[in-house]
Amino acid sequence: MSAWVIRNNIRTLRFHHDEMTQQQLAEKAGVTRQTIVAIEKGKYSPSLELAFRIARAFDVPLEEVFFVEDSQP
Amino acid sequence: MPYKERQSIVSLLTTTLVAVVFFVYVLPRYPTGNPYSPAVFHFWGLAVVILIPVSIAANIAVSIAFSIVYSMATQEKTSLVSDERDQLIELRAIRNGLYVFAGGFSLAMGSLAIDMPPSVMFIIIMVSGYGSGLVSNLTQIFLYRRGC
Repeated sequence: MSAWVIRNNIRTLRFHHDEMTQQQLAEKAGVTRQTIVAIEKGKYSPSLELAFRIARAFDVPLEEVFFVEDSQP
Repeated sequence: MPYKERQSIVSLLTTTLVAVVFFVYVLPRYPTGNPYSPAVFHFWGLAVVILIPVSIAANIAVSIAFSIVYSMATQEKTSLVSDERDQLIELRAIRNGLYVFAGGFSLAMGSLAIDMPPSVMFIIIMVSGYGSGLVSNLTQIFLYRRGC
């Protein structure tokens, strides 16, 4: 089985939503700003529920926010 | 530095303070004489019965005081909320703390198995209890610094 990592487009989506701040996204998703920072940097993979809440905050499907990428060896 | 990270540092300092106060004030009252006498068991029993509620009360009081001071100083309310990442970090910290305590408990039982005085067993348990809190807080600080 090949290894892969979860990446996200949160920074881009925030830009396209009138430069939404991390704090605003955190409030919409019901988490702390630190958690949004960690997700955006790829240091933390959110639960499925939180992933859906973030997608809903941007009003886009889940796969537009998160996607998988093959990790480089 | 985020609120949770500061809270872990405060908790670490509280745990250390309680441990220092305990060792400074309680250990000198250790009964002299036969190390296997009932007075020794009474001493350790009393010490543990006092230490547990004092430690819990100190942690709760300091935690409440810290959150009040923090929210007054920063006018921040949202960071006081725990989300799934905070809970995950807390669970990992508790797990690591329990590993340390389980190791200490095994060592304490080992000390009895090789016929060491009961005080050695109690001291190992006390130290591993403190070590457990220490590792738990350090794990939290490390994970918050790393992101998760």
